[in-house]
Amino acid sequence: MKIRIKFSKTGPVKFIGHLDMMRYFQKAIRRAGIDVTYSGGYSPHQVMSFAAPLGVGLESQGEYFDLELNSFTTCDEIKTRLNTAMAEGIQILSVRILPETAGNAMASVAAAAYEVRFREADLPQFDWKPKLVEFLNQQEIMVMKKTKKSMKELDLKPFIFSFEIKEDVILFLVDASSAGNIKPSLILQAFMEQNQQSLSEFALLVTRMETYGYRDDKEQRELIPLEEIGYLA
Amino acid sequence: MNKLALKEEILLRVEKPARYIGSEINSVRKDRADVAVRFAMCFPDVYEIGMSHLGIQILYDMFNRREDVWCERVYSPWVDLDAIMREEKIPLFALESQDPIKEFDFLGITIQYEMCYTNILQILDLAQIPLLASDRTEDDPLVIGGGPCTYNPEPIADFFDLFYIGEGETAYNQLLDLYLENKRNQKSRRDFLLAAANIPGIYVPLFYESSYHEDGTIAQFKPTVEGVPATILKEIAMDLTNTCYPEKPIVPFIKVTQDRVVLEIQRGCIRGCRFCQAGQIYRPVRERDVEKLKEYAIKMLQNTGHEEISLSSLSSSDYSSLQELIDFLIKECSEKKVNISLPSLRIDAFSLEVMSKVQDVKKSSLTFAPEAGSQRLRDVINKGLTEEVILQGAKEAFLGGWNRVKLYFMLGLPTETEEDIRGIAELSNKIAMLYYETIPKEERKGKISIVASTSFFIPKPFTPFQWSPMNTKEEFIDKAYMTRTAVMEQLNQKSIRYNWHEADVSMLEGVLARGDRKLSKLLLKVYEKGCMFDAWGEMFKNDTWIETFEELGIDMDFYTTRERALDEVLPWDFIDCGVTKQFLIREWEQAKLANVSPNCRVQCQGCGATMFQGGVCFEN
Ligand code: SF4
Repeated sequence: MKIRIKFSKTGPVKFIGHLDMMRYFQKAIRRAGIDVTYSGGYSPHQVMSFAAPLGVGLESQGEYFDLELNSFTTCDEIKTRLNTAMAEGIQILSVRILPETAGNAMASVAAAAYEVRFREADLPQFDWKPKLVEFLNQQEIMVMKKTKKSMKELDLKPFIFSFEIKEDVILFLVDASSAGNIKPSLILQAFMEQNQQSLSEFALLVTRMETYGYRDDKEQRELIPLEEIGYLA
Repeated sequence: MNKLALKEEILLRVEKPARYIGSEINSVRKDRADVAVRFAMCFPDVYEIGMSHLGIQILYDMFNRREDVWCERVYSPWVDLDAIMREEKIPLFALESQDPIKEFDFLGITIQYEMCYTNILQILDLAQIPLLASDRTEDDPLVIGGGPCTYNPEPIADFFDLFYIGEGETAYNQLLDLYLENKRNQKSRRDFLLAAANIPGIYVPLFYESSYHEDGTIAQFKPTVEGVPATILKEIAMDLTNTCYPEKPIVPFIKVTQDRVVLEIQRGCIRGCRFCQAGQIYRPVRERDVEKLKEYAIKMLQNTGHEEISLSSLSSSDYSSLQELIDFLIKECSEKKVNISLPSLRIDAFSLEVMSKVQDVKKSSLTFAPEAGSQRLRDVINKGLTEEVILQGAKEAFLGGWNRVKLYFMLGLPTETEEDIRGIAELSNKIAMLYYETIPKEERKGKISIVASTSFFIPKPFTPFQWSPMNTKEEFIDKAYMTRTAVMEQLNQKSIRYNWHEADVSMLEGVLARGDRKLSKLLLKVYEKGCMFDAWGEMFKNDTWIETFEELGIDMDFYTTRERALDEVLPWDFIDCGVTKQFLIREWEQAKLANVSPNCRVQCQGCGATMFQGGVCFEN
């Protein structure tokens, strides 16, 4: 049986990279005494699939991974047990059972919601909000994106599903599938450049608010939080 | 949530920021207002190495069991952060509270190898504590050193207020109580140091001085104040089973060198190899009770979630309940899907059987440490391993499916000849030949691979070789070439890979290992010139060291290649590690005759360690 686990990552632990988070959970699951399925071989490991890697320095309210279990109690009990094994700043938000047909967390990722703020010292020195709305409403938003080998030109527009500016906070819903995976910093960098400004490397405070997949329904391609693909028991 | 000492912009700029954030599972957080003593425990190297050290985990646990003490950790900031901290004048901080070290009562530094000495200065400097103990005031933390290098603390004596000689489990509580009492009575730093100098195992360098002969050797070493002991007897935990052991070791977020549960099964070694310092200073051998170890294993795996467990000791094969412990672990760990790693096992039928159960034979290699190439030289160094035993072990291993062998040797051992050096190549070749003889062509799974590595022999204090000259750098390099040439002349040379160590850093280690107080100004100077992380090949600036020796008129050869007379006052003579000088002299003479001394269990050699009233000396 497969379960999907949602967690948050805030505070100092945001400096822990993705691979280390995976190692952290391998150990946390052992501490919590969850009856998880192991791979075979001389160094068995837990059968686990993480949704979308989170960059170092980003916080999140919507991280996910799937875990294969040998036996199951209740979603609530597993959640409580895991939470007693957590380090400060990492919290289990939900545990759900995945239907047999569901794809794994990594393959399911379609979109992500981000909350973005400028650090105080890095607030743009111009009336940026209307300019940003204008920028994001263009027909196309051409940027240079670094690929593994070269730079290539890319239109960001189709990957930005929606946005909203509230006070000093910018909310983005962007493509996070393996084909798209747009980072908010890429959008804001392009915006600043268009306004003849540069965006310093650490100017943004970014929190991933949620990770989404598509509801398993051919008719209607509706984005839903990854946890909603699973059910409680 | 904990506030970090470093700004986010800094953490995002440095490599592996998780080194500096604390908050790991099982790390201890206390309320500043509730504790009377703040103790910062330091390993002067990067986090990944420091976190892998068992000694600190033991003391961290022991200190934090006291309600009135909060013990935290600090490691060397890597060079990227080091530069930023200097630039922005950010004081070095402890991981748990993120508070500056300079506000602490104690800074304890464990000193595990000589090449970290400049890192000690880095720590003090970044912490904004005066480098010289004599410049410190009432407001500065007390800097206390411990660990194997403190068996000759003299080269770094000027930087420490105190040294704790020996095992930490025994006298620290007394020292902390004394500190609290001193504070209550509003007495001075000096009052505390004077009183501390009378606690067993505590050495306060400020109260001692050396005078020298014209040739640079020590004329006399003595206390300069009344009521301070002339010799310091090492501290030792005789009832190892009932000393504290960390049942909840800290679990790092990032991958560290020792990313596993470590069970220390015993301390000391019965073997008495004559080059080995650990084999002397931890005498006598004391074992932990096997039932207790089983208990620890279960608890520690539970509390950490580690996926691997390892046994720690100088020679695990000599632990008397090894079979029972391993059987238990194999059963327990296969249920829990935990890996077992077993370093320092002698290769024989028993260990091969165990190893084939716990690791993938195809991926693992066999390790032998003959240390010397010929039987004669192995007898000189008292390494009980014979060629017959090695070949027998290798043969059984080949039949069991192994085909990778690692061999460790030393070059520059006392009395070494060309023949001994050729022996390294010949032994490697014999093992390769044995493989082809033992395993018929059709059954071979790939070629045999032999990796022979040599390090350069460095005489260490409190060993029978402490009087021995060390080779010159040129001799070392010649010997490495000689070994390489000899390997290339072997029939199976294609199956043998040969590696050797850098000679430069060995020469320096040689100076510092048997150095005296005169070296502290050298250390200060090279540190000022930017030397640190000398143990990291890419950071080591040999030219700077050599140039500084010349500037200060310090002769390296005086410390390395000179043969010391048996009646010379050695810088570490004031320390009593339990092993007597007469014993070491006897062993040095036996070595020159290539006579082997049986181990503690076969026949007691009367080394002096019976004075501790326990351990292997009283087994029968
Ligand atoms: S006194 Fe004898 S048994 Fe004890 S450590 Fe020394 S040599 Fe070994």
